Amino acid sequence: MEIELGGVAHSYGDLQTLAAIDLEVAPHSVVGLVGPSGCGKSTLLELVCGLAEPTAGRIEVSGESKAERRLARCALMPQRDLLLPWYSAIDNASLALRNQGMRREQARAAAAALFDRFGLAGFEQARPYELSGGMRQRVAFLRTLVAGKPVLALDEPFAALDAITRAEMQEWLAAALRSDPRTVVLVTHDVEEALYLSDRVAVLSDRPARIVAELSAPAPRSADRDAAITDPGFVAVREAALRALREGSR
Amino acid sequence: MRRWLLPLGLIALLLGLWQLATATGAVADALSLESYLVPSPAEIASSLWENRGLLAENAWVTLKEMLLGIFCALAVGVGFAIVMHRWRVVQDAAYPLVVASQTIPIVVIAPILVVWFGYGIVPKIVIVALICFFPITVNALDGLRSVDKEAVKMMRSLNASRWQLLWRLEAPAALPSLFTGIKISVVVAPIAAVFAEWAGSSSGLGHLIQSDTAYYLVDRQFAAVGVLAAMALSLIGLTALVERRVVRWR
Repeated sequence: MEIELGGVAHSYGDLQTLAAIDLEVAPHSVVGLVGPSGCGKSTLLELVCGLAEPTAGRIEVSGESKAERRLARCALMPQRDLLLPWYSAIDNASLALRNQGMRREQARAAAAALFDRFGLAGFEQARPYELSGGMRQRVAFLRTLVAGKPVLALDEPFAALDAITRAEMQEWLAAALRSDPRTVVLVTHDVEEALYLSDRVAVLSDRPARIVAELSAPAPRSADRDAAITDPGFVAVREAALRALREGSR
Repeated sequence: MRRWLLPLGLIALLLGLWQLATATGAVADALSLESYLVPSPAEIASSLWENRGLLAENAWVTLKEMLLGIFCALAVGVGFAIVMHRWRVVQDAAYPLVVASQTIPIVVIAPILVVWFGYGIVPKIVIVALICFFPITVNALDGLRSVDKEAVKMMRSLNASRWQLLWRLEAPAALPSLFTGIKISVVVAPIAAVFAEWAGSSSGLGHLIQSDTAYYLVDRQFAAVGVLAAMALSLIGLTALVERRVVRWR
């Protein structure tokens, strides 16, 4: 397993956010985490990435349990794109390479190779404020991907987008992960998004969060999002996930 | 245009009222003073023109003191802010002292510094630097501390070391706040330079204003004050210009 969580609990002082989470994620698979707002989904993601430590339980990423070793294997894409406004799109995308000590021109060249594939050709020198919401998210995802880490932790990556751009971005992300498979933990509050993008979806309860249901996404899924989400098998799993979500919120 | 016209109009109105009040002798009569002790704007302008060489010579001395003092405060203040930001223990220990340093009246320490460093430019630079140190340090530190915590997590997951985090995220993010500190410093620097010159000097606008008191050259004193104000305004304008060039993303 690429990621293994056993009895993971977490508290902020007296406030318990997570209670005994058990989860396994196979290499190159996508696991979606859905749950009510404020249930601790993002905290769970930070724990996996080694940005925080659990108060109880065990977390392993590629067999490594120490926080800094987990962090070395995970790249986080936060909810907001957080593109640095003082850098161009290409410099934002190549941040991880620059941090690894690569020379600027070399890092830019490495990131530029992906700009065309991600529909960003011609926008290399654009400043973040010159890009649309969807383009900004693509640059943010590119920045996460370019880090070259085996695990991608995506925290509600499309939450700030409008419905149409969001649907386009979901289709785009599914295609990007097909061409460059990684182990992905995807946090979202959108059940449909989770099922469309993930191989498996874990439904979390209200705080303190625990996993109340684990559902496999219907396979094979159509690359066409509209066809995939209207498939009867998909609709049935979506309803089951929504039921679990409602029960977990009570 | 309106941005410039309104303040210029107000200044013209105030100068007109002043001219009217002094030309009729109303102010001198009300204060029971000789009319040459209450010069009109026209007389001040005339003195400014007649003494342009002397004023320029002394203004250059004061400008050097101000600029060198601000640069010293900038170097030490930014360095100190980074150290306090990087090492919390230093911040906890030193921050109260930084605040306390502003409670010492400059009039009290200026003569002591003259005793220590002599009548040359050094005590003036030290006094200007001491006055400018506080706004620069506090604003730089606030800027460094105000960085988005999510951006810090994102950078950490993109392999950023502590210094890369500072150089690529925190320092650029702190620039707008730092420029606020510089602008405050530029405003208070002339006051500090004048106090420093009063404590002991043989040149500079402060020295000129002080020595003119003995000869009741009030028109030249006002002219010197005008030059000081013009220097401060020019420096603010220059700082704003540099800020627009450096902080282009705002």
